[in-house]
Amino acid sequence: MTRDMCVKVGMADMNVSSGTGILKTTGLGSCVGVVLYDAKTKVAGMAHVMLPSSEIAREGRLNTAKYADTAIPELIARMTELGASVHRMEAKLAGGAQMFAFAANSDSMRIGPRNVDSCREVLERYSIPVKAEDTGGHHGRTIEFYCATGVMLVRSVQRGVKEI
Amino acid sequence: MDALNQFAELQLDVLKEVGNIGAGHAATALSKLLGKPIDMQVPQVNLLPFEQIAESVGGSEQVVLAVFFRVVGDAPGNMFFILPLESAKRLLRSLAGIEMQEGTELTEMAVSALSEIGNILAGSYLASLADLTLLQLSPTVPSLAIDMAGAILSYGLIQFGQMGDRAMLIDTTLFAGEDDVEVEGHFFFIPDPESFHRLFAALGVPPQ
Repeated sequence: MTRDMCVKVGMADMNVSSGTGILKTTGLGSCVGVVLYDAKTKVAGMAHVMLPSSEIAREGRLNTAKYADTAIPELIARMTELGASVHRMEAKLAGGAQMFAFAANSDSMRIGPRNVDSCREVLERYSIPVKAEDTGGHHGRTIEFYCATGVMLVRSVQRGVKEI
Repeated sequence: MDALNQFAELQLDVLKEVGNIGAGHAATALSKLLGKPIDMQVPQVNLLPFEQIAESVGGSEQVVLAVFFRVVGDAPGNMFFILPLESAKRLLRSLAGIEMQEGTELTEMAVSALSEIGNILAGSYLASLADLTLLQLSPTVPSLAIDMAGAILSYGLIQFGQMGDRAMLIDTTLFAGEDDVEVEGHFFFIPDPESFHRLFAALGVPPQ
């Protein structure tokens, strides 16, 4: 574990890695960290999804990593380039919290659960099973995914580190 | 979002002034509460990539206490009052005589006290802004969280997310106490993208 490459994934960003690489994203609140993994080729991809659907996008050049419905297909494509097969892919999800409990009445404030729902729907469209998830609640999360083992560490302020 | 990329110098100055006046009044309110002088930094007005927004409070994973308000009215937006945990503890001790325990679980009393402090400060920020602009602006009921700065602040960026990967925010830092280390607090005012032209119009800044 000494010189493993840690690939940082920013907010509304995505990346892929393989072998002994580690994918990491920090400070997931209502955003969802989606990880796809092909255990046979040890290829993994991670996206830090911020919004459920690109239909609401009003930006000129679409950032595909930002929306659940565009990030997942893009991850699949990039991983396929590295030799992964969509038929072997499994998913892990983390995040989608509702950071402020009292603000739940407004639709835009329920964004966390909607992000998670949207990720699940898109994954189902590609018949990718969700192998594990740590979603919802009212707390932030940082995740690290280990390509070599397929293990994902989920860290939160109050609950410490959890392996999924 | 492209429209926001082209803010002129004059418009940025006006937004700085918004931060100055708003946070200035909030600082006065805090100073009265604490019975201590408060220093305020010149507001930072920046169009920042989402990744960098949490930097000024110590980075995405830094644990902070945040009081969040949705600003409703003529120029809606999101407002955060953010304190490093140590500052929150000192504030509670000197204002309410509450000792915060180790760890991050807050008692009901502490939550209520901090929400009320946040309420007073956000209220004076927005009231002074409303006076200046003659716009109707008021905060919703505050909600409070102790968590990673990135997770908290990303909540205020959803409206910008639909338009691009950067957000315009007005960041003002307050310091209380003689040695400037006692209490440090940040005001983040993140007007919704649609609100900028209303703020500018109300302040007499000509449209581009």
